[in-house]
Amino acid sequence: MKAQQYGKAYLVTMLGLLLSFACLKSAWAIDKQSHDYELKPQKIAADTYAFIGRTEDFSRQNGGYIVNTGFIVTDEGVVVIDTGPSRRFAEQQRAAIKSITDQPIARIYLTHHHPDHFLGNQVYADVPIYALPATKQGIQAEGEGFSSNMYRMVGDWMRGTELSLPTETAQAGMIELGGHKLELLALQGHTAGDLMLFDHSTGVLFAGDLVFNQRTATTPHADTQQWLASLAVIQALPFKVLVPGHGAVSTAAEPIEETRRYLIWLEKTLQEGAKQGLSMTEIMQTPVPEQFQHLSLLRSELQRSVTHLYPQVEAQVLKAINWEKTE
Amino acid sequence: MNKINKLMIKVITILFLLSPLAWGVETMTIDPMHSPHWSAMHERFLNNGTVVFDEKVEVFAPEKAEDSLNVPVSFKAEALDAVEELVVFADFNPIPLVLKFRPGELQPNLSFRMKLQQGTPVRVAARTSDDIWHVGTVWIDAAGGGCTLPSVGISSGNWTETLGRVDANVWERSGNNRLRMRIMHPMDTGLAAGIPKFHIENLFIRDANSQSVLAELDLYEPISENPMLSLDVGRYSQFSVKGRDNNGNKIEAIISQ
Repeated sequence: MKAQQYGKAYLVTMLGLLLSFACLKSAWAIDKQSHDYELKPQKIAADTYAFIGRTEDFSRQNGGYIVNTGFIVTDEGVVVIDTGPSRRFAEQQRAAIKSITDQPIARIYLTHHHPDHFLGNQVYADVPIYALPATKQGIQAEGEGFSSNMYRMVGDWMRGTELSLPTETAQAGMIELGGHKLELLALQGHTAGDLMLFDHSTGVLFAGDLVFNQRTATTPHADTQQWLASLAVIQALPFKVLVPGHGAVSTAAEPIEETRRYLIWLEKTLQEGAKQGLSMTEIMQTPVPEQFQHLSLLRSELQRSVTHLYPQVEAQVLKAINWEKTE
Repeated sequence: MNKINKLMIKVITILFLLSPLAWGVETMTIDPMHSPHWSAMHERFLNNGTVVFDEKVEVFAPEKAEDSLNVPVSFKAEALDAVEELVVFADFNPIPLVLKFRPGELQPNLSFRMKLQQGTPVRVAARTSDDIWHVGTVWIDAAGGGCTLPSVGISSGNWTETLGRVDANVWERSGNNRLRMRIMHPMDTGLAAGIPKFHIENLFIRDANSQSVLAELDLYEPISENPMLSLDVGRYSQFSVKGRDNNGNKIEAIISQ
């Protein structure tokens, strides 16, 4: 009888302890999840700043801050390049810009239609948002799907993020804004519409995802031949500072070369694999040359690229067997 | 106090005896994925037969499904002797059974693509002539939706123009040739609203010269639209492929280099 009572008391105490631990733990978890992207504008040239994301895949740890965005402070307002992966990101981006300048935001340019580059649009509802026609179409067609997939991948960081479409059509050519000569270049290859912004006044080139730096290139909407042609255009530009879509800022042309070398190797690997009768999974396991081993996310991006690009390549080596007969 | 201590010791002992740790030898038969559906899968597709989780059945797939409608999977069971049948299933798919392959005269290896509704273990169970199922497993993470979407062909309405078309090729390799074939077919699962299930049911691969059956394949709803199959076909190089879908449409092709 006595032992039973003791047992009860023991049980209640243990339960109490457990509960209090659980409460403490969840309080700690919430504190950790303050959803602060810790955005620090990095000054890369006169009037010009970049937010450099991690070279990782989307995760609940990084909240989707795996992308580079930036801004140029002119006498007629601030030009922002890309709005990032979420509402929270763009709010913090806008606050960080405010901490640098009192100039209002004059306009936004979106480099292309991938979710890490435009899902912060809603924070700039009072600002004209420019994008190429193909980018507008892409966001319209795939934006909702991208958005729900981002919620799945980075979770609560996305809270309150809603799709907001670009309001203006970007056109290739030169504009002058507040003392800056800005050239807009309409290219393609990473997607059907890749917009670059080249500031002739400072020599800064915002290259978008046409250039990756020490991070494996991604290809969900890529056309490698067009992409290689675009890289040739980029290399001919007299830039002083290159801001890639992903990876560190560079003053050299090496990231362009590296992106080119990888795309050429990828295309050749797919072509030769098809000629040898390899299946998708066999190409995914193909050894990657030493020169690419330092690229982050190499194997997972290669696997994704095989899924994107191999179906068209392998179809070229198959013969129509019974087609004439059944027609 | 003493009573409680004794009780605790008893409970702990019983728990330990029930745990897999106490049965070291048996861990081979415990699902490495700890899937809650394993026992149901075991009963439904393997008839509750003897199972060994066996690395000799190599299964490869990317860790994440980039496109839930086209997830590439391949397996190799050539390290096993006398494989009579291979069964592929995905525990958490609304339709778990993917395919059955009786390799016959060919190698027990295959590459294909499938639809996934969510992250799931994908299993390849190879039954050897001693009636033991050797099971290889991979986990594939997927964003989902692959099984409840209509096929591209049905959505665009042009599937009738290419139904049953076969594109293929044979690659000569030393001692073990490769056959790849793509068969145009919507492979609708029946889970997309208003679109009945419509899929290839079986394929017989014969030697085009002797007409003897080399291998048989049963395909089910989760196989991707326009199935692309890669087989290791030993010394054979000319094939007659015949099959039909669940509506009785025939597939016929004579394939050579």
